[in-house]
Amino acid sequence: MDKVLFLFLRRMRAPLLALIAAYAISVTGLVLIPGVDEQGEPWRMDFFHAFYFVSYMATTIGFGEIPYAFSEAQRMWTSFTIFLSVVAWLYAIGKILSLLQDSTFKLAVSRQAFDRSIRRLRAPFLIVCGYGDTGNLLVHALQQRHKRVVVIERDQDRINDLALSAMDFHVPGLSADASSSRRLQEAGISSPYCEGVVALTDSDEVNLKIAITVKLLNPGLPVICRAQSRDTERNMRSFGTDHVINPFEVFGDRLALAVHSPAHHLLHQWLSSVPGNELPLPVYPPHGRWILCGYGRFGKAAKKSLAGEGVTVTVVEADPEGTGCDDCVRGRGTEADTLQEAGVQSAAGIVAGTNVDSNNLSILMTAHELNPELFMVGRQNRDDNAMLFEAGRADMVMRHSEILAESILSHLVSPLLPQFLLQSRRRDATWANELLSRIGAATDERVPAVWAVELSEKDAPALFERLKREPIALGQLLTFPGQPDKRVPCIPLLVHRSSGSETLLSPPDETPLQGGDRILLAGQPCAIPRLKRVLQHTATLDLLITGVERPQGWVWRRLRRAGT
Amino acid sequence: MNLEKVVFGFFIILALTLNFGFVLGEIDNPAHHNVWELFAAIVVNLVATVLKFGDRTQTGALLLATSLVAVLQLLAAALVWGYAINISEAGLNPMMMSSIVSLAAGAVVANVISVVLLIADTVNLRR
Repeated sequence: MDKVLFLFLRRMRAPLLALIAAYAISVTGLVLIPGVDEQGEPWRMDFFHAFYFVSYMATTIGFGEIPYAFSEAQRMWTSFTIFLSVVAWLYAIGKILSLLQDSTFKLAVSRQAFDRSIRRLRAPFLIVCGYGDTGNLLVHALQQRHKRVVVIERDQDRINDLALSAMDFHVPGLSADASSSRRLQEAGISSPYCEGVVALTDSDEVNLKIAITVKLLNPGLPVICRAQSRDTERNMRSFGTDHVINPFEVFGDRLALAVHSPAHHLLHQWLSSVPGNELPLPVYPPHGRWILCGYGRFGKAAKKSLAGEGVTVTVVEADPEGTGCDDCVRGRGTEADTLQEAGVQSAAGIVAGTNVDSNNLSILMTAHELNPELFMVGRQNRDDNAMLFEAGRADMVMRHSEILAESILSHLVSPLLPQFLLQSRRRDATWANELLSRIGAATDERVPAVWAVELSEKDAPALFERLKREPIALGQLLTFPGQPDKRVPCIPLLVHRSSGSETLLSPPDETPLQGGDRILLAGQPCAIPRLKRVLQHTATLDLLITGVERPQGWVWRRLRRAGT
Repeated sequence: MNLEKVVFGFFIILALTLNFGFVLGEIDNPAHHNVWELFAAIVVNLVATVLKFGDRTQTGALLLATSLVAVLQLLAAALVWGYAINISEAGLNPMMMSSIVSLAAGAVVANVISVVLLIADTVNLRR
C-alpha cells in the first residue's frame, strides 16, 4: 500500500480538523448574525455567501464586505474569524512544511521512489552492494557495456554521489544496510530480471550475509563476493557462492603475471577495462632480485606469486613478528638506511606494497634516489591518490579498486572471458603479442568491447538454419558483402563447442562453425549490432554469403521466379 | 474505556443521525428540510472523514471509503441548494428540493454502512 500517502494523511489529521472547525464556526456565525441590505431592510447571509466570504478572507486572498456592507455585529464577528481561520491555516501549512522536512517522511519518499524504479525496471539488471572506489568503477564499466545496475550502499553521501554522477541509464540507489534480507528483496533479488548480485562492501561479514541471503532466497542467482580473508573465502565457497574474489590474491597474481609476461598482463588489462578508453601501454618488468616493502596480506600474496615465477624477493617489514615474516629486513622502507640494508643498489625492482598510500609514495621516491634504474611498482589503495602516483614516476601502479573491478567485470561480461584468460596463460608471449597487435589494429588503439554470441536457434536463428544445409566458416561472418578486403572491426578470441566441450583459442578464419557454438569476440562496439543482424536476419546472412540480394516479400519472390 | 474510541464513534454516529434527520420528511417539501441540518451534517461528516485518515487496516480503508462517499453526496446536495437559491430563476421548487434530499439520502446509506462496519469491528474485537 501507499505508505507515503498514509503517513501524510495521518500527520495531517490534526491540522485538517482545526481547519474544518475554524470554517464551520466562522460560517455559522456569519449566517446567524443579522445584517442590513442597501434599502436598510434586515438581511441574513446564506450559507453559500458565508462560505464564499470565509474562503477568501481566511486565505488572505482579499477582503470585501459583499454583497452588502456589514453591520457592526457582523464586523465584530469577522474580526474574530480572521484570527481564528488565519491561525488555522498557518498551523496547517506549518505542519505540511515540517512534514516535508521530517526524516521519516523523507525516508519513506525515497524508499518509495526506489521501489517504483525497481518495479519499472523491465531489463536485465545486476545488484551491486557497496559503492566505494571499486563499486564506482564497476558500475561505470557496466554502464559502458549497457548493463543496468541497482546499487545498495550504507553511506548516504555515496548514494548522493551516485545520483550526481553522469550515467547513461538511471541507476537506482538505496541507502541501506545490504546485509538486511528485506533491503535485498526491495532491491529486487527475487525479480525475474535480476541477473546477479555483486557483494563488494568493505566488511567480509556483510558480504557473507549477502551471499547467504541470495543463495537461500533465490538459489539460481549468481553471486560474486569480495572476501579479504581465507576463512571467509572458504565459508562462501562452501554454500555455492559462484565466484569469490580475494583482492590481495588477485593483486599478487596480476603482479606475477606482469613480471612473468607483460604481454599476458596487457591482454588481461585490455579485455577487462572500460571500453572506449585509450589502451594502456605495455611495461617490461625486469627479472632479477626484487624488494618487497610491506608483508601484509598483499605482500604475502605478491611474494608467493613472485617466488612462483622464480624471482628472489627481499622483504622489508616494520613488524616482522606480527606478520609472521621469518627472514626480512626490519623497517618501513621509507628511510634510506632500511632500503640500503635490503640491497636497493643491486635490486632489479621494488614493490611498495603497504596499505598506506603516503608510505608507498615515500618508498618509491627514496628508492628512486638511491637507484634510478630500479623498476618501481606502487600499490595505490585509494582512488583519490591517482594524481600523486602518476606524478610519482612509478613504472607500474597497481590500483586496488581497478584490479578488483576488472576481475569482477571479466566474470560478468561472459563466462567465456575468464575461461579465455585462464587458457591464454598457457600460450607463449609471441602468441599474446600477435593477438594484442590484431586487437589494437581492429579497435584503433582503444580498449575493446568484449562480448559473446551463441549460435543457438534462439539467439542466431538465421545462421542456425543455414548451418543445417551448408558449412560456414567463422571468417565469412566477419566480412562485408561485395568488399572482401573490408572486415567487421572485431577479433574472435575463443570458440567454445557445445559438443565435447572443446575450446579453440584465437580461432583462424577457416574454423567451421557448428550449431550451438559460443564465440567470444573483442572489437569496436559498433561490431556488436552488425554481427547480431547477420546472425538473426536471413536476408542479411544470404547477402553476406551468396553476394546476391534475394527478395523477401512473397510477391517479389513470385515475380523473380516467374522471370527466370 | 478509551477516549479516542468515544470521540471516533461519536462523530461517526452523529454523522449518520444528522444526515438522517435532514432527510426525514416529505421529499419535495422545503418546509421539512432545514438548511442548518444539512450544514451540520456536512461539517460532522468532514470531521468523521479526517478522523478515519491514516488507518492502514482493511476495515479502516473501507470506513474511509464510505465517509468519502457520504461527503461527496452531501457536498453535491449543498451545491444543488446553492444553485437553486442563488442562480436558478425557478428558486427552491419541489423538483430541486427532491434532488437535494435524494442526494442526502444516498449519503445516509453510506453512513449506515460506516456505522455497521464500526459495530462489526467492535464486536470482533470483543470476541
